[in-house]
Order: sequence, then structure tokens, then C-alpha cells
Amino acid sequence: MATMAQAIRMALHYGEKHLGVRAVFGQDVGPPLGGIFTVTQGLHNAWNSPLDERGIIGAAMGLAWAGFRPVAEIQFVDYIFNSIDMLKLSANTLWASAGNFKTPMVLMAPMGAGIHGALYHSHSFDSIAAKIHGMKVVCPSTPLDAYGLMISSIKDDNPVLFLIPKALLRARGSELIPGEPSDTGKLDACIDAPIGDRSGWQPNWPELKEYSVPLGSANILTTGLLATVVTYGRMVPVALDAAQSVAPAGEIEVIDLRSLIPYDWACIRDSIRKTGRVLFLNEDTEIVNFGEHLLRRTIDELFYELKARPRLLASQAVPGIGLSPVFEAATVPQKKDVEQALKDLLAESV
Amino acid sequence: MTTKRSIAKTKKAYLGLGSKVLLNIHRFMVRTRLVEEHLISLWKKGDGVFWTGGPGEEAFNVPLGLLIKKGQGPAYDYLHPHYRSSGIVLAMGVEAIDVIRQMRSTATDPYSNGRNFVNHYAIPKWNVIPVSSPVGSQYSTAIGTAIAQKQTPGDAVSIAIAGDATAAEGDFHSCLVWANRPALPLPILIVITNNGCGISTSMESQHGEKRISDWGKAFDMPARTINGNDPVESYIAVREALSYCRKERRPYLLEAKVSRLYGHASSSGANRSDDADCIADFESQLIGLRLITQMQIAEAWKANRRWIDEADTASKNDPPPTPASLWDHVFTDGIPSSYPRRNRS
Repeated sequence: MATMAQAIRMALHYGEKHLGVRAVFGQDVGPPLGGIFTVTQGLHNAWNSPLDERGIIGAAMGLAWAGFRPVAEIQFVDYIFNSIDMLKLSANTLWASAGNFKTPMVLMAPMGAGIHGALYHSHSFDSIAAKIHGMKVVCPSTPLDAYGLMISSIKDDNPVLFLIPKALLRARGSELIPGEPSDTGKLDACIDAPIGDRSGWQPNWPELKEYSVPLGSANILTTGLLATVVTYGRMVPVALDAAQSVAPAGEIEVIDLRSLIPYDWACIRDSIRKTGRVLFLNEDTEIVNFGEHLLRRTIDELFYELKARPRLLASQAVPGIGLSPVFEAATVPQKKDVEQALKDLLAESV
Repeated sequence: MTTKRSIAKTKKAYLGLGSKVLLNIHRFMVRTRLVEEHLISLWKKGDGVFWTGGPGEEAFNVPLGLLIKKGQGPAYDYLHPHYRSSGIVLAMGVEAIDVIRQMRSTATDPYSNGRNFVNHYAIPKWNVIPVSSPVGSQYSTAIGTAIAQKQTPGDAVSIAIAGDATAAEGDFHSCLVWANRPALPLPILIVITNNGCGISTSMESQHGEKRISDWGKAFDMPARTINGNDPVESYIAVREALSYCRKERRPYLLEAKVSRLYGHASSSGANRSDDADCIADFESQLIGLRLITQMQIAEAWKANRRWIDEADTASKNDPPPTPASLWDHVFTDGIPSSYPRRNRS
């Protein structure tokens, strides 16, 4: 089974071959490295840019207006903060220009904690991204979803911010990408660049098939009647583990949002109506967290259908993730924190 | 100092362009000035909430607009303008009625449907990229259109333009670095219209560089500073710079010293300054060279004034946007039914 890095790479290859992607770029994105997480290895149109996030996003916008369907990478989402104005511009151009200028581009950026990345390789950006109105925002949790979401993002005529949970980039999935060889070793040999000199290396791409995950469509990973967990990205496997541990018979419904803007409110609403209990879970910090918006909407629309107060479990609102594992564990929700939150949620009744 | 030699040089340059080109430049310079002054008068009457624009820059902007290869897609020039670029787009053929509609924030404003300030154009059929108020971003987006042009057969160029104060922004330097990237030099005409002032802050108090065009030295790229108040010098310089970008597929840095006749915006009163008036100077030159008569000058002003007055009258009753239309164009595929909206979610 492919890793998420391989899945995104295959989706980008599919995009080059079938969807009109004519530029894939960013710092270290082209040869020889092919991205520091190998996401862009072997791609025909991948090239290296200067270390200049505003320039990268500006270049992507210009290429989008010229019809090149670019995919650009910001090496870590921690480095996108100096370019929020450019994100805003890409997101408001359609609206500001009376619909005259579409900006079909994908910006991808590894996000979140989990690799001991300290202050500037651990940031989340989902809550800020969700406030850049006019931009779509996605965050996969499995290789297959990453493949399907990337293909949908490339096809979309709006700017899409593709947030990659970096701690899951090397995790293998449990489902084959359509067209992927079933032998994992064979896939690695076909599309992973060799260590060392790779100047003469060319990938041998499998015959990949179209597979789309519609933007705005959540996935119910486990069904249940006791409680709902709404999460995305790196917290998805944590939520599944914790739900299994707290309710081994599988009575907790875990929803993987996959897409933050637009988000699948119908899926969330129907689940909460069924269970009456909800935990919103993500690794961005508290204080104007995307989950806080979902809490507000839950209270506004579903207050009288709740059996317990709705909750948010997010990272501590401190300036960064400290390097020491002690700091990281104390800042970002851990499995034990999710278990405790679920136990509290199940124990309470109003 | 004016010498016999410089007079002869000026005469040669003027005659070299020919009276047809010169009179066309004059016509559009007058048109631009009158449109901007009309917009200011609308603001002063309360017929529009804000004005910003570029009266005083006509001598540089009009020639640039006339030399642009106009069309849609990477085979044509892309213009990444700023809000002082009225002379460029009017010379390209923009109608006064559309500028007035944007001034009045009407639903019929073709550039923003009443959402943006005046002189914030967005014209896809001519590759005029939407003007963004936070200046500088146009230097970054020009990188992308120029990459597309470099990879498209033809001689099209991206033109990015901002003022001297914006030369302090990182985007200006991004553009220089990307345009001169050894891996893929880009056909970008990087323009600074230098009026010596950023809102109220003088350039000389903030910029240590003698000339902004000196930044070109670091890249060994062609760069020069010109008198942007002289339309003939501007026309020749822009033509030369564009020709270089088209042929060599590499960048050119052009700094044009210009006037600012009505300040930065209505917020500072939009009152006439003492800066040199490029149209009056141009008319003196044309008369001195017997290329135009006082009567022709008067007719140019009269015809343009009539054109603007007719546009003003024709758009007077255009409707404002409806509250519901604020949801138009948030996304290309409409608003998802689950999207939060006040009083609905």
C-alpha cells in the first residue's frame, strides 16, 4: 500500500498527465530532492524556486490566471505566515473582480506536530486558513483520501489550500490507490528515487485511474449511537484508537471531515442528532479554533437535541510547540486526552 | 539647462515619432486627466465614497498603454497595474462610463460590481490583472504570468507597475530575483513610477538608493531612469524596454520620474499640487514644433470632456448592488448549501 507521500505524488502525476497541471514548484520541489517529504519526486513539471513564499504564491496565482493549473508547495505551513496577504488575494480575486478572474491553483503545505519539529516545523494553520474566505481548505488522513482530494483540488476552479498532516506522510494506507500495484515493494521500486546519485533516474509510473473525493464531503469512519467525534488530519487515527479504547463495541461515531472549507455540515448535524453528544477534535490551538466555529453552530442549531454539553479538544494556546517531547505531549492532544474527553462526554447528561 | 543641442535632440525625437502618434498620445493624456478630474469632482460632490488615482502620470502611462500587445491569454501582454494606472488602461481603450460606474459603486461596475475603489480595473479580455489596494503583490503575480509566457511561443511580456514607495516592499525584490533566475529568466517589464512620495512620506527620507533603477546593477540587467513627464522620452524608452523583453525574453527595469498632481487619494483632499504639469509642457512643445494648433488642442479637450459628460449622464441612474449579491462570486461553483450564513445557521 502507498504512503501518503506516494499517494500525493501519484495524484500530481495524474494531474500532469490528465488534468492540465503544467507547473509543480516550490523550494526543493524539483530534482534532485523532489520535496523534503518526497511528495514531488519524479514529476515531469516539478522545479525548484527561490526561497520566497510570497513569490511562490504570487507565481502560482499568475500561472493560474494564465491557465497553467499550478500546484505549489510551501515547505512547511509554518513559513506561510509571511504570505497571508497573498493567500487573501488569491481567495478574494474572483469576488473582487466581479467573477472576472478565476484562480485555479493548489497550494500544499505540510502541517502540524508529530515529528519533534519544535516551534517552526509543527504549526497548524487550519483555523487561520478557514478564515481566508474564497479559498477551499482540505486535510486528508489517509493515502487514498489524499489521492482523491488532490485530484479534486486540481480540478477545482478555486484556490485550494491542501494541508498535509506531516506525521502521516510516511504511514501506509489500508486501501489501494486505483491503478497502484498491489505489491508495495514494486510500487516503491517504480516511483521512489534511489538514495545517492539519482541524476539518471526516471520513475516508472503505474497506470493510475481517476479517483476523486468531492471537496466538502466528510467520511464516517465508524458508526455509533453513543457519541460523535468530528476530526480531520493527524487526529483521525488518534480518535479512532481512543474511540476503540473507550467503547470497544464501536458505539462512537468518528467523522473524518477531510474538507474544512466547505465542510460537510449535513454529515455532522445528522450524526449529532443521532448521538446527542459531540467532541470536536483537532491539533490547532484553542482561541478562535475552527472547532469553536463548529461548536457555535452546534449550539445554534442543535442545542435542544444535545444530551451533554458539546466539547472541543485542541492544542494548548501557547506560542509554539516546544522541542522537548514533554512540551509536545503537553500541548497537542494525545490519545489519553481524547480518551478522557470521551469518557467525560459519555458520563455527562443534561 | 536647455541648450541648442538639447533642443535639436528633442525636435528630432518628436519628429521621429510623427504627428499621428504624438497627437494620439496627446488625446489620451487629455482624456486621462479629464477622467481623473471628473472622478475627483464626483467625490467632492459626494457622488462616490473615495477617490484614488494617478493624474500627473499621463506622460508615462499613456505611451505604455499604447504600446501594450492587447489580448487574452499568455500569447498577449499581461498588465499588473496599480490604482494610478488610469492612463494605461484608458489608452488601451477603457470607457469612461465603466470607470465612473466603479467610482459610484454601482452594480454595473464591470470590474468589481461595486466592491472595490475606483481605478481598480480587472479586464480579462485584455489581460489586465485585478488591481489590489495593498500595492506590491502585482510584482509577485507578474512572475507567474511571465513564466507562462516564457513557456508559450511568441513575444508577449508581463508588465508590473507600482510607485517608488512600493520599491521597499519584498515583492519588488522578489520580482527582481525571480525575473533574473538563471534557471528561467523572465520577460517582465518591471516599472516604477516615481513621484517621490508614498502618501505623505517622501522617498528621500526613506530610500538611501540614489535611483531605484540602480537595483538592476545587482543583476546586470538593463535598467534606466527616465523623465516620465516627457511623453516622447517615455514612448521611446518603453518601446525600447518592451522590445528588449520581447526579443531577449529577459527582464528590464524602468523607473519613470513623474508628477503627482492631486495627492494620493481623496483622504488627503485631492487638491491640485504645484508639481509640473506634463500635458501643459507637452502642448508647449507641440506648438513650438508646429505639430499642433491651439485650436486642435482646444478641440481635444472639448471632445474628451463631451465624451466624459455623456458617460456620466448615461450611468447616472445605474442601480447599486443588492445585499444578496454579496454572495456572488465567493466561489466559482456557488455557495454550498451547508455554508454558514447569518440567520440561516
